[in-house]
Amino acid sequence: MRAFAHLLDRLAFTASRNAKLRLVRDFLRDTADPDRGWALAALTGTLSFSAAKPAAIRKAVEARMDPVLFGWSYDYVGDLAETVALVWPAQPGANREPELSEVVEALRTATRAEVQPLIERWLDALDPDGRWALLKLLTGGLRVGVSARLARQACADLGGVTVGEIEEVWHALAPPYEDLFAWLEGRSEAPSADNPGRFRPVMLAQPIDEAVDFARLDPAGYAAEWKWDGIRVQAVRERGEARLYTRTGDDISHTFPDVLAAMTFEGALDGELLVMRDGRVAPFGDLQQRLNRKTVDAKLLTAFPAAIRAYDLLLDGEEDLRALSFTERRKRLESFVLAANSPRIDLSPLQPFESWDALAALRAAPPEGDPRIAEGLMLKRLDSLYEAGRPKGPWFKWKRDPHLIDAVLMYAQRGHGRRSSFYSDFTFGVWREDANGDQALTPVGKAYFGFTDEELKQLDRFVRDNTIDRFGPVRSVTANRDFGLVLEVAFEGLQRSTRHKSGVAMRFPRISRIRWDKPAREADELATLERMLD
Amino acid sequence: MLKPEALLHPTPAGLYCPPGDFHIDPVRPVARAVITHGHADHARAGHGHVAATPQTLDIMATRYGEAFAGAVRPLAYGETIARDGVEITLVPAGHVLGSAQVVVRWKGMTVVVSGDYKRRRDPTCPAFEPVPCDVFVTEATFGLPVFRHPDAADEVARLLKSLDQFPERTHLVGAYALGKAQRVIALLREAGHDRTIHVHGAMEGLNALYARHGVDLGPLASATEAQGDLAGEIVICPPSALGDRWSRRFADPVSAFCSGWMRVRARARQRGVELPLVISDHADWDELTDTLAELSPGEVWITHGREEALLRWCALRNQPARALALVGYEEEDED
Repeated sequence: MRAFAHLLDRLAFTASRNAKLRLVRDFLRDTADPDRGWALAALTGTLSFSAAKPAAIRKAVEARMDPVLFGWSYDYVGDLAETVALVWPAQPGANREPELSEVVEALRTATRAEVQPLIERWLDALDPDGRWALLKLLTGGLRVGVSARLARQACADLGGVTVGEIEEVWHALAPPYEDLFAWLEGRSEAPSADNPGRFRPVMLAQPIDEAVDFARLDPAGYAAEWKWDGIRVQAVRERGEARLYTRTGDDISHTFPDVLAAMTFEGALDGELLVMRDGRVAPFGDLQQRLNRKTVDAKLLTAFPAAIRAYDLLLDGEEDLRALSFTERRKRLESFVLAANSPRIDLSPLQPFESWDALAALRAAPPEGDPRIAEGLMLKRLDSLYEAGRPKGPWFKWKRDPHLIDAVLMYAQRGHGRRSSFYSDFTFGVWREDANGDQALTPVGKAYFGFTDEELKQLDRFVRDNTIDRFGPVRSVTANRDFGLVLEVAFEGLQRSTRHKSGVAMRFPRISRIRWDKPAREADELATLERMLD
Repeated sequence: MLKPEALLHPTPAGLYCPPGDFHIDPVRPVARAVITHGHADHARAGHGHVAATPQTLDIMATRYGEAFAGAVRPLAYGETIARDGVEITLVPAGHVLGSAQVVVRWKGMTVVVSGDYKRRRDPTCPAFEPVPCDVFVTEATFGLPVFRHPDAADEVARLLKSLDQFPERTHLVGAYALGKAQRVIALLREAGHDRTIHVHGAMEGLNALYARHGVDLGPLASATEAQGDLAGEIVICPPSALGDRWSRRFADPVSAFCSGWMRVRARARQRGVELPLVISDHADWDELTDTLAELSPGEVWITHGREEALLRWCALRNQPARALALVGYEEEDED
């Protein structure tokens, strides 16, 4: 438990992906079975308990200490699990610290009445870091910024294999994953991937470099289709076992019962999950209503009906198609979708084109209908096989040009890691008429990339030289009609948001240019932004 | 019956002793001062006469120059001086080099002003000595049950493990320039780290002072004058330098911060620290309450910090206590 607690503690304060990978990899290397396997299950969200009820934990701690002192402590810390972890009165020498696997195994067999005393005994035996880890584990949600994908990448790093190889077998595995570690450490063969309904690692596209790529690519060798603005999914049904996966192999079947019910085929489809009404694609914001939900109710299913727009076929019946060319797979896909005969599964049409210039014109002015809200175009080489990962050359994405606005820098926050001495997270605003009829800035977004290292130095200097107020790590800078720094901000889309004061929320905002030359009063108004709403 | 307030009571300048006519750790210039330790909020320049341990006087001279007071009276631990029937003895407080509790005796009554203190082992200064007393004057910087400092050696082990895991990055450790920095260096030496430790210019003078007083800190070098980016090395700097432009010279620094406040995650996150290390020179909740239980004085007076929780603890145990609410003393490591 101690090593796991230290890992969580360290991860919680580490921002860099590479640093997180190393921390997880080293932990998996240095920790014995089965503890490391249970830890991996916790990190990938495979292991979840709702054994401990926060109210019961609070009652237990108040029985052991003065409730007034506990209340003041809770007020100070602000997080129940953390407060309890810190204030729990030590019982030196009371018990041996439990290992993670002991906790997991005990909870699996404990009756409801046995759970609470067990937890209290463990809390007695652990130190504050251990108690924090235990409580986070038991109350669900580690929230240390590690995705299941990252944890699997760390496994890949440990074994010197690709993450695709891990994903291929992942769904055939169960915690504590002793067979996985035996393979990664070269003590056995790879675990069998023969598991009906398993995930196949997906093929990803490279962004196209317009300046270089079009000159050397033959338009006759490529198919084009619209890049739909949903989430990439894999819909698999084998021997009656149906599953819906994200592109990183997370199983989201339970969130989309409507799509699952429509999967009556035998095979594996690659496509885009979208909200569709009468065959028309709805904006991404609609799909967002359906994502990351633990439970789905009938109202939600009716209001936001989900569907798959298919663009590839990996498995037809029991036949693996991944070694066939795109052209052959496409032919099989078309008859497959036809045979599936479901309003929730349709075909992503190919967009015919004569030349790259003609395609560019289509991208700039998409035809009436769904393409108008597409993210751009996909280019797929006709002879390309279905390869896991992001191979260079066969598939390209060619995104629509982003929206641009000119906004004024309002706040800056210090970054993390190598950026910790720089003000590198920037909140910017646009003009809006306030209650007195004056033009005032209202924040519309926050961006922390898009600039070069040299530009970051200049921005940092601007922030330091023009600070008017400080709130912890945040500085507020001079920003009024007569003086302020204008930033050209690029973003992919805009949605209504009740959580933001401005009423809008940007997708994927980044700073595309610093407009040292532009007077602050000439920055955009909120009305301009509102016209860009999806 | 003599009231302890006749011997010692708070004034705007700090705790004052009328029969002996002196202040303890005054925050304004006074004629006669007794100083518990060298931290700037307790040891200020400009007093007439100053009595303190030789180490504390040396620290004040290093920080403020030789002319920091009109006259000084070095007072070794255990040595007693008397004036108008008031006896003063300094005994170790375990806070930093030279830190002392002031034991004031008068007409059979004993008041102990502990200054800042801790009960844990510190290789750079002698341990706190409990003195039976009628009134114990305590700080309460970490006077809330959430503050439970782990073993400092374990925290240093976490730093060394990180150095091992990330050998391509500089480990930049923020530590208060007086006391904390030297304690962390000494703990690193005890843990077997014998490489040269690089230090910020602001602490070089104090490191030399510790060495003069017999605290061996091993090989040290200036971080500012170092060649290269010090990848894989430990650099100690004042907390304020962690996010300073000065830190940009190092290799993708892992910023570590040694402070009791690092116990609370929100505090650590607010500082943008990647490796919070809970190492403090102040007593944590258990040390504060264990000390009060051990001494069980007639009265407890609380000078500064989070007094309400400690008052509550005293009330629950029928321990008479009151808050003096002295102003002018800072929280540890705030900048």
